[in-house]
Amino acid sequence: MRENWQSRKGFIFAAAGAAIGLGNLWRFPFQAYKNGGGAFLLPYLVALITCAIPLMIMEYAYGRKIRGGSVKAFSKLKKKFEVVGWVQVMVPIIVMTYYSAIISVSLIFMVYSLGHALGIINWLSNPGPVMGMVVGSAENAMDLGAGISIYILVAVIFVWVCNWLIVRKGISGGIEKMSTIFTPMLMILMVIFMINAIRLQGAAIGLEALFRPDFTKILDPSIWVSAYAQVFFSTTLAVGVMIAYGSYLHEKADVVNSAFITVFANASFDLIAGILVFSTLGYLVNDMGVEFTSFGTGAGVAFIAFPIAISTMSSNVVIQGLLGFIFFFCLFIAGISSSISMLESFTTAALDKFNISRKKLVSIISIVGLCGSVCFASYAGFNFILDIVDAYVGNIVIAGLGLVEVILISYIYGTKELRQEANAFSDFKVGKWWEYLLRYFTPVLLGVVVITNLFNLVTGLFNQDMAGIISNIVFGWGTVVIMIGASVIFYKRKWTTNAHQ
Amino acid sequence: MSISAIIMMFIGCGIVWGGAIVTILIALAVDKKNSLKKNQNSL
Repeated sequence: MRENWQSRKGFIFAAAGAAIGLGNLWRFPFQAYKNGGGAFLLPYLVALITCAIPLMIMEYAYGRKIRGGSVKAFSKLKKKFEVVGWVQVMVPIIVMTYYSAIISVSLIFMVYSLGHALGIINWLSNPGPVMGMVVGSAENAMDLGAGISIYILVAVIFVWVCNWLIVRKGISGGIEKMSTIFTPMLMILMVIFMINAIRLQGAAIGLEALFRPDFTKILDPSIWVSAYAQVFFSTTLAVGVMIAYGSYLHEKADVVNSAFITVFANASFDLIAGILVFSTLGYLVNDMGVEFTSFGTGAGVAFIAFPIAISTMSSNVVIQGLLGFIFFFCLFIAGISSSISMLESFTTAALDKFNISRKKLVSIISIVGLCGSVCFASYAGFNFILDIVDAYVGNIVIAGLGLVEVILISYIYGTKELRQEANAFSDFKVGKWWEYLLRYFTPVLLGVVVITNLFNLVTGLFNQDMAGIISNIVFGWGTVVIMIGASVIFYKRKWTTNAHQ
Repeated sequence: MSISAIIMMFIGCGIVWGGAIVTILIALAVDKKNSLKKNQNSL
C-alpha cells in the first residue's frame, strides 16, 4: 500500500521546504543586482508565471497520476525513456554530495556561534580566520594532496545521519513531520531577520542597489535568460523531487493551487532573502566603506558578511553569539529540508523498481552519498571541485533534463489529458493557456537556457589554464559520464516489483 | 531610496507575497467549505 501525505499542509510545507534552499539566499539577490535591479523583477515575475508554475503543475499532476517517482513516470511513457528517469534522480544524489558540505559549514558556524556566546572564542567580527581554518586552501582542483578538513568531514557525517534518520521513516512519519516544523520555523526566523536588517543604518543604500530599475537592460536577452534560469533552478524542478512528492498525493488532492502556493512561497523567500542580504550589505557599505560585491556573490555573503554584520548589531557577545547561532540554524534547516527531498527523489524511484525495504535502501544511498561527500570535505574539493561539479550537474544537466521532461510528457502523454488530470480536484482550474505554455513556450525558453549555459561553459574553458581545463574535463564531464553510466546500469536491471505493470 | 526603487520593491513584493497569501486563502476557504459539506453529509 502506497503512503500518502497525511495533510495538505504537510505536503505544501514539504514541497516549499524542498524548493527553498541555501541557494535562495545568495543567488536571487545577486542575479537581481547584476541584471538591472528592479527591472529584473519584470522578467522574473513573467518567468514565474510562464515556466515555474506550469512545470510545477505538470510534475504534481503527472506524479499523482502515475503514483510513482521519475523512473516509473518515464517508463510509463515508453520503456526506453526509463533511463531519463534514472538520470533525473541521479542528479539530486550528486548535488547532495556537495550540498551537504555547504550545510556542514552552517553547522560548524552554529557551534562556533555558541562558543562566541559562551565567551570561548571571539570570531564573529573577524570570520576570515575561522572560515580559512574550516575550508582550508588548495592551489587548484587537482591539488588533492592539499589536505582534508576534519571540521567538514565530521559535520558532513552529522548531516547525512540527519538525512538518513528523517527519510528512512518515510513520507508521513519522517519528511512530513519534519517539514511541518522546519519550513514555518525557517520562514518566521527569516522574516524576523529581514525586519531587523531593514532597521539597520544604511539598509536603504542596499535596497536602492537591489531595487533601482535600469530599464535600459530590459531588452537585453541575457537578462531574460538569467530570470528563467533563476526561477527554474530555484524551484527544484526536473530532478524528480516534485514528481515523487506528487506521487504521494491523495488521488483526490488539489494540484493546481498547491503548485501556485509552492512557487509563490519559494519566490517569497527569494525576495525576503534579497531584502535581508542587501539591507545587511548596505549597512556594511555604510559602516565599513566596502563594496556590495566585496564578500563575493556566493556563499561568502552568508559565511563572511553576515557574521560581521551580526557582530556590529550588539556590543554584548552573548547576544551576538545567539544571533549568529539562530542565523546559521536557519541556513542549516533550509539546507536539510532541501536535502531530504533530494534523497527522497532517488528513494521513491528505486522503491518503485526494486523490491527492497525503505530502511535498507536509504541506508545504502546514505553510505554511498557520504563517501561522495568526503571528496568535498577535502580542501581542493570544497574550494574548487564543488564549483565545477555544480556548473555541470547543477546547471547544464538539470536544464537539459527539464527540456527533455517537458517535451516527453507534453507530447507523449499529452497536455490535454494532463490538464484534465490537474483540474479534476483542484481549488481552481487552469485553462488552455497552460497547454500552449508547456507545448511551445517553455521548451523554447529552456532550450535557450541550455544552449546559453553550455556556450558560456565551453567558452569559459578557453580562459582557463591547463589545470583548469583538465579539472573541468575530469570533474565536470567525468561526473556527467559517471552519472549517465550509473543510470544505464540501473535501467538495465530487471524490475523486481510489479509497479511498471 | 529613490521613488522608482520603492515602486519596484512594492510591485515585486506585492505580487509575490500577495500571490502567496491569496492562494493560501483560497486553499483555506476550499478546505473549510469541504469540511462543512462533510459535516452536513454526516448529519
